[in-house]
Amino acid sequence: MLTAVLIFWPFVAALIVLALNSNQAKGWALTASLIELVLSIYVAFQFQPTAEAQFEINTPWIASLGINFHVAIDGISLLLVLLTTVLTPFIVLSSFNHNYEKANSFYSLILFMEMALVGVFVALDGFLFYIFWEMALIPIYFICLRWGGINRGAVTLKFFIYTLAGSLVMLLGFIYLYYQTPGSHSFDIKALYAAGQSLSEFDQRIIFWAIFIAFAVKMPVFPFHTWQPDTYNTAPTQGTMLLSGIMLKMGIYGVIRWLIPVVPGGVAIYGNVALIISVIGIVYASCLAIVQKDLKRLIAYSSIAHVGLIAAGLFTMNKLGMQGAIIQMVSHGFIIVGLFYVIDIIISRTATQEISNLGGIRNIAPVFTTVFVIIMLGNVSLPLTSGFVGEFLLINSVFQYNYIIGAVAGLTMILGAVYMLRSFQQTMLGETNSNTRGFIDLGTTEKLVLFPIVAIIIFIGVYPAPLLKISEAAVDNLYTIISSYQALKGQ
Amino acid sequence: MNAVFVLSGLGIFSLIAEIFNFRRALFPIVVLGLIASAVLLILDWNTGHSYYSNMLTFDNYAVAFSTGISVIALLWFMMSSDYFHNNTHVTDHFALVIFALVGAVFMVSYSNLAMLFLGIEILSVALYILAGSKMKDLLSNEASFKYFLMGSFATGFLLFGIALIYGVTASFDLSQIAQKILSPESETSALLYAGVLLMMVGLLFKISAVPFHFWAPDVYEGSPTVVTAFMSTIVKIAAFAAFFRLFTTCFSPVSPQWTDVLIVITVLTLVVSNVTAVYQHSVKRILAYSSVAHAGYMLITLVSLTDISSGAMFYYVLAYAVASISAFAVLHNVAGEGDYAIVDSFNGLAKRNPFLAFTMAVSLLSLAGIPPLAGFFAKYYIFTVAFQAGHVGLVLLAIVTSLIGIYYYFRVIIAMYLKSSDKTESIAVPVLNQILLVICLIVTVVLGIFPDMLINLL
Repeated sequence: MLTAVLIFWPFVAALIVLALNSNQAKGWALTASLIELVLSIYVAFQFQPTAEAQFEINTPWIASLGINFHVAIDGISLLLVLLTTVLTPFIVLSSFNHNYEKANSFYSLILFMEMALVGVFVALDGFLFYIFWEMALIPIYFICLRWGGINRGAVTLKFFIYTLAGSLVMLLGFIYLYYQTPGSHSFDIKALYAAGQSLSEFDQRIIFWAIFIAFAVKMPVFPFHTWQPDTYNTAPTQGTMLLSGIMLKMGIYGVIRWLIPVVPGGVAIYGNVALIISVIGIVYASCLAIVQKDLKRLIAYSSIAHVGLIAAGLFTMNKLGMQGAIIQMVSHGFIIVGLFYVIDIIISRTATQEISNLGGIRNIAPVFTTVFVIIMLGNVSLPLTSGFVGEFLLINSVFQYNYIIGAVAGLTMILGAVYMLRSFQQTMLGETNSNTRGFIDLGTTEKLVLFPIVAIIIFIGVYPAPLLKISEAAVDNLYTIISSYQALKGQ
Repeated sequence: MNAVFVLSGLGIFSLIAEIFNFRRALFPIVVLGLIASAVLLILDWNTGHSYYSNMLTFDNYAVAFSTGISVIALLWFMMSSDYFHNNTHVTDHFALVIFALVGAVFMVSYSNLAMLFLGIEILSVALYILAGSKMKDLLSNEASFKYFLMGSFATGFLLFGIALIYGVTASFDLSQIAQKILSPESETSALLYAGVLLMMVGLLFKISAVPFHFWAPDVYEGSPTVVTAFMSTIVKIAAFAAFFRLFTTCFSPVSPQWTDVLIVITVLTLVVSNVTAVYQHSVKRILAYSSVAHAGYMLITLVSLTDISSGAMFYYVLAYAVASISAFAVLHNVAGEGDYAIVDSFNGLAKRNPFLAFTMAVSLLSLAGIPPLAGFFAKYYIFTVAFQAGHVGLVLLAIVTSLIGIYYYFRVIIAMYLKSSDKTESIAVPVLNQILLVICLIVTVVLGIFPDMLINLL
């Protein structure tokens, strides 16, 4: 029951907010998202850190087609649900300095999006997962279309068609698996796992690509990333935060839940290809980040690099990599949202996002500078920040897989330091110029967003044990599925 | 069957209403009559009676489609109330539309080829006139004339096909024809195949499948918007149901002979219509090509016959018809008097009338097949049917064409929400249209979330 409330409360709230006028919408949206946060924290306290999926609901939905409304929460789901519910209030709060036209629709769409995201992370039925997966795309499309920047029509359409194309192929893969399930067919996750694992190696290869491309587009992994920098740049800041902070995690979560256990044979064959393109993506995106002149695009490319490392860690198929991927997903969510907010503050005060036009902000805004430094160090994965824990585990796992690939993947830290420190230096240090002269230090709402984010980044960095504890059993479970499949094949 | 009497009576009543000056009362009476006929049809569920020496059979298939047609007709009347207000020949138009409905009901319930022909003719003749009902408009006249010429041509094909099949099987009755074709002593002759193909061509004209679609965009564009809506929903449902009924009951024994042809036609329909729609400026033409494209998706059910094909097709036509009706209703309101709208006419609609923009967006998203709307599930269901029949290539193609579809549907959405217009005055929408749009909205969402209600009917 609790899971259903968790999914549908944001939807109800979205309808309520839509009915309000623009002035009231802000406050109500924040309240609604905070209620959702409280709910999810309650769930987290009720949660037993075992491999069992908890708070399960399994009722027939489209009975004749074997489609159930099957949702439940295990350790991996819980972390991602928490990520969603914690970030959404921040994202809502971060918009308080903007006066969006038609604010009620804007907040309504954000809440609608929250529903879809929570749904994606708890669905245990292939069809249901697909529905939530697509439903997340509609609100973000309209957020970008209505409140985005220049050339948003073309950019958002490209984004929409690109991601939809990927997911339709995934749907096709699911339908194929569906027809492999015994009896009157079912979309249930267990049935799909069994169906996928019983496929011949050749079929598993095809299904692997069908499903992988959908997730690769969403993450995005090189070379499926071309929609991403433009979309991040064009979207309103809150849209970018939703996209990079949460929506991107859908792709990684998809790999964990709906790719690796479904076709372990396919992953065993093509996992190295996926790993190598992920690593290529790391280097490629890092290099592009270094030459960016625009702050928002720089962060967009840095995001591709970090996600590339997560994907690489996942496809090593060892426990360390999976554990690292999950920690890094959470950490990256907070860091990237923090970074985009920092940049939003810079843009809204100086009216420029060109790095070369900025400089000397440190001289007049010390609090802002401190916050920026911490978040930035998180993004360069300095020890004692959350970024370090995840990346350390990930790089370690890639090293275990193959030390040459590991060495290349390790470049992410070095290159990350190059582009982050350089951009920091150019925007914050040096002489204050005409653009930055009027820079005001952080206001109250900005502090309310950034201070908790900074606190979380440091907390996870110093004490990651709770995260590991929540997800450990679920990761073990996943690992068992893969290793038992491999043992079976080895016989 | 009683519904046919009610509808025919309603048609005759509309004709004489002019004499008795009943004009004002006519609209509510017609609405009541349609509701009555829908109820009567539902009462026929599971009876499966045949009437008039097996000329019409109201099996569940016929009942489901006839009820669907009545309900869509009800929605259509809500949409087009002003069309009847602003028109001098009110009663004539009422009568024509209702007679067209009678024809449509025949087309979904025939069990004799003669009745198929009669149904098509009753429907078509009424529509030839309706298409030209803007008498002083050149485009409307052109539409009417084109539709008439092409329609008669198609009927010619159909009749020739019927004649050939009669020549082979000595019967007009569907079940007898099927038996004759199946019976071992019958030599399946070239005449039979020719007859099947000719009938196919005739019916493909009616559902406007490529390459028999050339009339559709011009006719759709020239006709008054409400008539276009009628053609792209009710006529389409009836024609497709007739097509499906004929080929599944009667010609299924020779399906290997026609399936390949139909696959080629399906592929052509999907590709040509979707690609052409991208280059259109007039919204009506976009909707016309989209209607052709949807015929392509519906054809997939026919080339991959399994036990759930008819259910999939039924769900698809309803989802499509509801979304189309509401899209046309919005178009009708946006275009106003001139009855002509290009994509740019929708610029800034989100500001001028957010409700219209929202309903249009939902309808277009449904037509494009975005979850959780009805259009998505319809497409999904058709994909599973095709998958089951082993047409994976066709599904891949359908996916690609739906992506192309997104492009042109979203052009309108982008215009509504992104572009600004120099017109700022808001658009007033009649109450009846508002109710209609709300109903369509609810149906589109509810059908999408709970498709189980419909897909198991057939």
